[in-house]
Amino acid sequence: MTTPSTASVLMEHEVGLHARPSVKLTKLAKTFDAKIEVAPAADGPWIDAKSIVKVMAVKAPKDTVLHFRAVGADADAAVAALVRLVEADFEDETV
Amino acid sequence: MSSRVGIVIVSHSPDVARGTADMVRQMVGGDVPLAWCGGNPEGGLGTSVEKIMGAIDEAWSDSGVAILVDLGGAETNSEMAIEMMPEERQGKTVIVNAPIVEGAVMAATEAWGGGSLDDVRRTAEELAPR
Repeated sequence: MTTPSTASVLMEHEVGLHARPSVKLTKLAKTFDAKIEVAPAADGPWIDAKSIVKVMAVKAPKDTVLHFRAVGADADAAVAALVRLVEADFEDETV
Repeated sequence: MSSRVGIVIVSHSPDVARGTADMVRQMVGGDVPLAWCGGNPEGGLGTSVEKIMGAIDEAWSDSGVAILVDLGGAETNSEMAIEMMPEERQGKTVIVNAPIVEGAVMAATEAWGGGSLDDVRRTAEELAPR
């Protein structure tokens, strides 16, 4: 069994994981082959980061620590990219 | 990679349709084929089969087109528009049972990621009241 790549990051975006940040996070996740999950707490619930409906339903507020875990060939890169997106306050215009 | 699924927005109100399309453009970006229509030929509230067919043409993709509608007539006129299209396109055009604004954003996000027509429809319909 493969050990997942994991990371957590404090989300400081003013409105939290609302519509636009959710779309950006999902779009970025979809650019990787790895299975990627996101959770608003260390013990879950874990949500498919490529599902826009599920990500938006998390409704994580500002100052939530988002947790990521990914399995697959590009899992490390995926987790790193998602953390960067959150750190950049979802301002990354590449997605 | 095959082309992305196209999204068509059909509302009784041109303002609602245009506004919904603006939201999709601003939130998801310009990489998904997108078209909208709204209003009857006289300029009032309503929908027109002809305009819907034009919008489907505009957003056409070999991967298919998903149509988001608001109320009753938008759905029946969209069904009629599909029936009047060439047969090879009919099987690649679906009406999505989801709230028009939220559904359009969700559908476009899934389409952006390369989802199939069925993926796009199912994603938007996860929102639909059961």
